[in-house]
Amino acid sequence: MTVARRLVGFNLLTGIILGVGGFYLGWFIGHHITGPSLDYFNDIDQNDISLFLGYILGVVGFLLGLGFGIYPWARLRGYPPSLREKETQGIGRYFGLCTDHKVVGIQYLCGIGIFFFIGGLNAMLIRTELLSPTSHVFPPGQYLTLVGMHGTMMMGMFTSGILGPFANYIVPLMIGARRMAFPRIESLTFWLLMAAGGILTTTIFFGGFPTGWTGYQPLQDQANAGMDSYIVFFALVGISMCLLGLNMLATIITMRAPGLTWGRLPIFCWGVVSTAILMVLAAPVLVAVLAMGMLDRTAQTSFFIASAGGSPYLYENLFWVFGHPEVYILALPGFAIVLELLPVFSRKPLWGYRLAVAGLLGVTLLSWLVWQHHLFVSGINSDLRPFYMLSTELISIPTGFTFLCGLMTLWRGQLRFTVPMLFCLAWFFNFLIGGLSGVFLSDVPSDVTTHGSFFSMAHFHYTIMGGLVFTFFAAIYYWGPKMTGFQLNERLGKIHFWLMFIAFNSTFGPLFAVGFLGQPRRVVTYTAHLHFLNVWVSISAFVLGISMLIFLYNFVSSLVFARIPAPANPWGSLSMEWQLPSPVPVHNFDRIPVFDADPYAYGEPRAPVAVPASSGAGGMS
Amino acid sequence: MRDAPHGKRFLITFAVLSVIATPLVAIFVGREFPPGNATAQAHEQVFDNSWLVAIMTPPAVFVLVFLAYVLTAFRNRTGDLVDGPPVRGDARIQTWWMVVTGAIVLFLAGFGSYELVQSGSGGGQGPTAAFEPAGYTKAMDVQVIAQQWEFTYRYPTYGGVEVPHLVLPANTLVRLHVTSLDAIHSFWAYQLGVKADANPGSDNIAYVQTKGPLTFDIHCAELCGLWHGYMFDTGQVVDARAFASWIKRQRSYFAPVNRYLPAYATTYLPDPQRRAG
Repeated sequence: MTVARRLVGFNLLTGIILGVGGFYLGWFIGHHITGPSLDYFNDIDQNDISLFLGYILGVVGFLLGLGFGIYPWARLRGYPPSLREKETQGIGRYFGLCTDHKVVGIQYLCGIGIFFFIGGLNAMLIRTELLSPTSHVFPPGQYLTLVGMHGTMMMGMFTSGILGPFANYIVPLMIGARRMAFPRIESLTFWLLMAAGGILTTTIFFGGFPTGWTGYQPLQDQANAGMDSYIVFFALVGISMCLLGLNMLATIITMRAPGLTWGRLPIFCWGVVSTAILMVLAAPVLVAVLAMGMLDRTAQTSFFIASAGGSPYLYENLFWVFGHPEVYILALPGFAIVLELLPVFSRKPLWGYRLAVAGLLGVTLLSWLVWQHHLFVSGINSDLRPFYMLSTELISIPTGFTFLCGLMTLWRGQLRFTVPMLFCLAWFFNFLIGGLSGVFLSDVPSDVTTHGSFFSMAHFHYTIMGGLVFTFFAAIYYWGPKMTGFQLNERLGKIHFWLMFIAFNSTFGPLFAVGFLGQPRRVVTYTAHLHFLNVWVSISAFVLGISMLIFLYNFVSSLVFARIPAPANPWGSLSMEWQLPSPVPVHNFDRIPVFDADPYAYGEPRAPVAVPASSGAGGMS
Repeated sequence: MRDAPHGKRFLITFAVLSVIATPLVAIFVGREFPPGNATAQAHEQVFDNSWLVAIMTPPAVFVLVFLAYVLTAFRNRTGDLVDGPPVRGDARIQTWWMVVTGAIVLFLAGFGSYELVQSGSGGGQGPTAAFEPAGYTKAMDVQVIAQQWEFTYRYPTYGGVEVPHLVLPANTLVRLHVTSLDAIHSFWAYQLGVKADANPGSDNIAYVQTKGPLTFDIHCAELCGLWHGYMFDTGQVVDARAFASWIKRQRSYFAPVNRYLPAYATTYLPDPQRRAG
């Protein structure tokens, strides 16, 4: 009885029910307003207008069911603004609109985790198909859908992979705030992302989509109705990303505690600031270009249709104006996590703080000036290629700052090889290879060979998986005890690390050779002489998949079965979030702390950290 | 331990290793790079790749030696929380780092641009090629028409005959006009060192200077839909006499169907074909 009563109300279940209801309402309306006249092929499932309406009304219903309508409705009726805080400790708050930034952080971690595993499963299926040079498991259409879902899910969901779980949870604690600037929007960004992920998954009911994550036109216009899932997915991700970035910027700019000047801000927060700037400015371009694609598919406009006056170049340009900042949205939080964790495990101050900040902001600026390096052989602006070559290679200067600051922080330190530290050290190795292989792609003559081949695919897996996913795990092992209140098993963590590190390099290292030897991306068949390398890569990829299962086992068993309470400050960090008890109380700080130093004063004579009254943890020395 | 000359030791190890490794990499790794030596453009790419890999060797050695040194020399062996020296930066090291990385980057960009400007390096350059090789006015025109999911080729100087397989004469400068009839494709002739996107409604020019006879692989390198993975072909470079007799045979063989082709043009736009609803 109590269980049944708890299920009633504004929560995920209501959201899903209203979401499905909204979908069918939109579907019904769509078929009514278009009528049979637009169904040229008499295939009712291929009615894009009704599918778009279904998805849009479905999202609206989902959000209303979660309770996002309550507050605007109350304000419309004249109630004063208020912040409805859910202070209950029950599990139910994770399944609804919750304005506690710590709950949203955990929601993000689990929600993104689910889609990360779906995306990873797609990768396993892709590698299964590539065990043989001919098409043997999946027909080409299904294979392309797998490729597209893997790419789109990873690129879309993981844009918030660090900022969603970790920045939402940690940034307010780091800057001494009790909440984010816009708590309802914070929750909205998460649920929009979940709606998006669900919608992308439903593409399999509408025939999948053949375009990969880039969705190039005019193939996008030509594709069947599964393409609509891609468009709605990425548009929702764009909206979520933009709002998340705005929220982060507003929080860090306006809600820092007294004494936390820009020069004392933890480097992780600087990474969040630079990522958020990119998110806020890049995501609208994505939403715009997808809206144009949607109009081309439904209202028969021709933004991208060459034979009707449009241009596919327009799509390529706009997509990469978003798409290149996008890859730095994925990479920059990784830089910031490495620089944040190294001082803790070297017990030295961050070396060259200002240079590190300059590096992050320099990448932020330069990432806007490089997008046409994705189009070196496309025939667009061929005389501008030397400029894009230069601007692309210039990015290695601010990226080099990150390397220098990280490496010099290690120098003469007291290194402790904890699991998060191992993942950070692996970042140096992976990003070194990723960065150096990027030089081949930025150099036009060399790019003629490597463009669109497995070489570029290996390159961006080294930078994104080696750069982002490794630091994502570093962050889980580092902040996990604070976020969950329980310790993760260190031995399993080390097994996970070594298996993942070796399998990762064994998977993507040979793919550089595969690309150089002439295998284009996203093919279902390949030449027979590349069979051995492809089988090697597939088997390594399966081992990589197993390493993820080890992590999953560790995470679940530590949190559900072992349940060893984590100490307040297991790493001996000086950062503000570790001065609070684990798990963090709902209001974070009873008294807002006052900062008089940055969190990197290792080895320096330091005043005791301004510990909030509610905290039991002392300073470490 | 604290007073050991770590900096000197590291710098000497780095210097020795990179002095040994760089020429070895340049000589033994560099020349192994694809796509080989079959055309002037492919040769340029191999040359570029071998320079790049040589230039990258010292930075790679730097980071790897640094990591190896740090991980062995500076481990916390006691297990206690001991603080390291509170060094917060060093203006000299920062300046040197900026100068050196800046110099490497500017050199790379200058080197790549110089190589590109010479001949266009086999990449697609759009309807008005910005960087043309010497003697381009006498280049032979060949059109590559991509469609879902095959390439066909037209020879405008031979009556606009359209053939299903690409054959090029040896020792000739060829101007490839790449275009598409539907989605975006990419014409990748691996051994020729040519890659040019095929865009509907636009002409994408790539130059290639063939050398001796050769069989080469052609792939589509841009995702173009369902049968993208099957969009490959084999082409040939043959000597001038063989080419002359081949093209003559093709003209008579395809004459009955070529009558119905549209006149040769740089692009072909089919009537707007829109999918339904």
